[in-house]
Amino acid sequence: MRIPVETFRLDNGLFVTLSEDHTAPIVAVNLWYHVGSANERAGRTGFAHLFEHMLFQGSAHVGSNEHFELIQRAGGTLNGSTWLERTNYFETMPSNELALALWLEADRMGELLPAMTQEKLDTQRDVVKNERRWAVDNQPYGTMLEKLQELVFPPSHPFQHSLIGSMEDLSAASLDDVAQFFATYYTPDNAVLSIAGDFDSEEARTLIRDYFGPIPRGKGKPPLPSMTLPPVFGAPLREVVYDNVSLPRLFMAFRSPIFGSDQYYAASVASALLGMRKGSRLHRVLVRERQIAADAGAFTLDLAKGSDLLVVDVMARPEIPVAQLEEEVEHEIDQLHRDGVSESEVKRAKALIETDLIASLQSAGERADRLSMFATYFGRPELINEQVNRYRSVTAKHVNDLVGERFGENNRASLIYVPREGVESEDMLEAAAGAR
Amino acid sequence: MVTTLRPKPGAPRNYRFPIFVHEELPNGIRLVTAQVSKLPVVTMLILVDAGSTNDASGKEGVAALVAALLLEGTTRLSGAEISEKFEQLGASVESGADWDSAFIKLTALSDQLQDAAILLGEILREPAFPDREVERLKAERLAEIMQLETEPRGLADEKFSEFLYSDDSRYSKPDEGNTETVSSISRTDVDGFFRANYRTQSTTVILAGDITVEAARELVTRAFQSWPSGSADSQKLIASPRATRKNIHIVDKRDAPQSELRIGHVGLPRKTPDFFPTLVMNAVLGGLFGSRINLNLREAHGYTYGASSYYDWRRGPGPFVVSTAVQSDVTTPALREILFEIERIRDKRISGEELSLARDYLDGVFPIRYETTGAIASALATLVIYGLPADYYDTYRNNIRAVTLDAVLEAARRHLHPDQLQTVVVGDARVIRDSLGDLDLGELQVHQQ
Repeated sequence: MRIPVETFRLDNGLFVTLSEDHTAPIVAVNLWYHVGSANERAGRTGFAHLFEHMLFQGSAHVGSNEHFELIQRAGGTLNGSTWLERTNYFETMPSNELALALWLEADRMGELLPAMTQEKLDTQRDVVKNERRWAVDNQPYGTMLEKLQELVFPPSHPFQHSLIGSMEDLSAASLDDVAQFFATYYTPDNAVLSIAGDFDSEEARTLIRDYFGPIPRGKGKPPLPSMTLPPVFGAPLREVVYDNVSLPRLFMAFRSPIFGSDQYYAASVASALLGMRKGSRLHRVLVRERQIAADAGAFTLDLAKGSDLLVVDVMARPEIPVAQLEEEVEHEIDQLHRDGVSESEVKRAKALIETDLIASLQSAGERADRLSMFATYFGRPELINEQVNRYRSVTAKHVNDLVGERFGENNRASLIYVPREGVESEDMLEAAAGAR
Repeated sequence: MVTTLRPKPGAPRNYRFPIFVHEELPNGIRLVTAQVSKLPVVTMLILVDAGSTNDASGKEGVAALVAALLLEGTTRLSGAEISEKFEQLGASVESGADWDSAFIKLTALSDQLQDAAILLGEILREPAFPDREVERLKAERLAEIMQLETEPRGLADEKFSEFLYSDDSRYSKPDEGNTETVSSISRTDVDGFFRANYRTQSTTVILAGDITVEAARELVTRAFQSWPSGSADSQKLIASPRATRKNIHIVDKRDAPQSELRIGHVGLPRKTPDFFPTLVMNAVLGGLFGSRINLNLREAHGYTYGASSYYDWRRGPGPFVVSTAVQSDVTTPALREILFEIERIRDKRISGEELSLARDYLDGVFPIRYETTGAIASALATLVIYGLPADYYDTYRNNIRAVTLDAVLEAARRHLHPDQLQTVVVGDARVIRDSLGDLDLGELQVHQQ
């Protein structure tokens, strides 16, 4: 199985990847801008994401609510998302509507600012504040990502602050900020455009040249401060959050090799071995055998700069005290660190990852998004075809080396949610805070 | 300067929903196969007519528990061994029950399918329901119920169903059961439900992906031989509303930064002859990003991150509901706008622009919905569960295009009932209760958690 990949670059710096597949009359258009919350300046947390909302508010030749309407009227689906390192925008269209999707993306890349108004900014600020209330503040464990970022990254590190942003910083965002952010980051030389599905390569190239060619190159973006971090935290980190939750839940994070590195694949296998599906170690031991957890999993954030995080996530059963939850998870991690992994566990993890990888490539949108990702982070979209082999080549020894280096006590950060209601007295608070 | 001229669409290419073959095997199992060979992946979806509406009164949740327990042990293998065997094959498998059906869904690379399917056959033929696993899954369900107390979205959905349907309706209780009913389920109940409901004639196997019809037939015949034939008795479903008048319920949550809102009434069964006009009507009302309710609440007022409406399609009449979360201090104005939109779409014809947006979207997006073997298998499951005609997907787009302005108005008038609206607000009663007096939402009840 090989996904065809063609690439070229426009004079203004826009990097393009094309991947034809004519099995269904569907085409996916996907743009990655290499800017995320990491690029925000102090006092403007949440701005990259608020800005993403503004990109759906029209541009020079597109009215306020027209972006969504034109795509949906054409029978397409669309959205955008913001992450620490990038912001993406994507549409999946009936293939005869490729030109519309490209034109809409070009219009907002080239001429967003004429459509920006204070009123639109104010409304989207309210929408985003409601998104924060909905997804973070009024959702059990919703603060996990921002608490974790704060716990594991040093102050002033670009990954340290909240992605959705604080209410205060969202309030402070101005139209000037919009203009400045746009000029700095939303330029063709800071973007990757991918098209996957049913299209003709020559026609697509012509459309791209016509629509995106005239957009001027940017003036460059300020470099990120150094993101390099030592491979381990150096000492255990720990934070207890008393929150409006029903069950205690432990997130244990490990500083881990950056996405795409050789060691990353070993870390990814370690994560699957620990927490992917019911046959994983944590599920088998903590949920099935010991019955102290209602659920257990593990994942990597897939950060491509500085260092990544591998996160173990275990939710306690109702009758289990926080201290026991923490102790038993620590015990499992200690054991893994001390004794390593078996061949058969590695084989299981790799088999599951491979099926997921292949199954995910069925969708044109997924293919386009991964092409954009590999192009943005590494300038090599063709890496999409190397993933299966990268995983296949991971051995138990690779995983053991990784686990030996990264799963020691000096590289564990525990973020522990404790039900506020259950904590009835100061004594219990102290007991929970001191538990280890 | 980007070219100012909006591009016109090119000539559309034809699309057909994947061809599938529907047959009955000698032992009574039905098999539906759609060969789609783009990638070496197959989805196998087993449907058994053993959904939550088959739960006995007082044992609500047993259907879901039985389906989950299928993967937790056979006479030969423990649950841990079952997981291990599937996962060594790289196969992901999940099982569960929704209102109308129990399902087991397997996704595997095509060269591993055979071994995985044979294992699935064993699981369905010889489940052991070990006591320890029955008790564990019950405890995990009880933990999930406990989680709902602090999870406003799930709590609002659950309370809405409870206040919507009469006590004797299965729909008034969560599909996976509540604390009382789950606690009362014994291993005997589990085993009894399985024996009564899991029969060949109640079972359909769907295969979508990189497999031929012949190979599918051979595989399913082999994997599912010697299974009790026959069919189960179906139960009569009660889906009557709890109240004939409007009511509003506040589920009090101190200091909640948002109010979770659910407003609606008992809707329509999936096989209603008005399905297409109702679908298009709802798309305009609250089904699309560009729908009236979302544009009003989100884009005009910034009250919310998103607002939508939907008919929850089931064999029986599932709920019609408008669902959103708004910041607490605008709860009353947000409710007012929702009521306004429900009245407005019943009052006057929608515009031609609105109709074309909904129709063009539902028609155009059709091929995009069936990109994956999982999506194709689910679409075929819809045919099986609701007994829709074999040409349903081939005629779908024409049926959408045939919906007129008058048909939408008629659907709104017949299937939206402002006088029967039940409203649930999960939020801070102190902030919202006084201002609610301005709205005509019926009798107010405040429920403490």
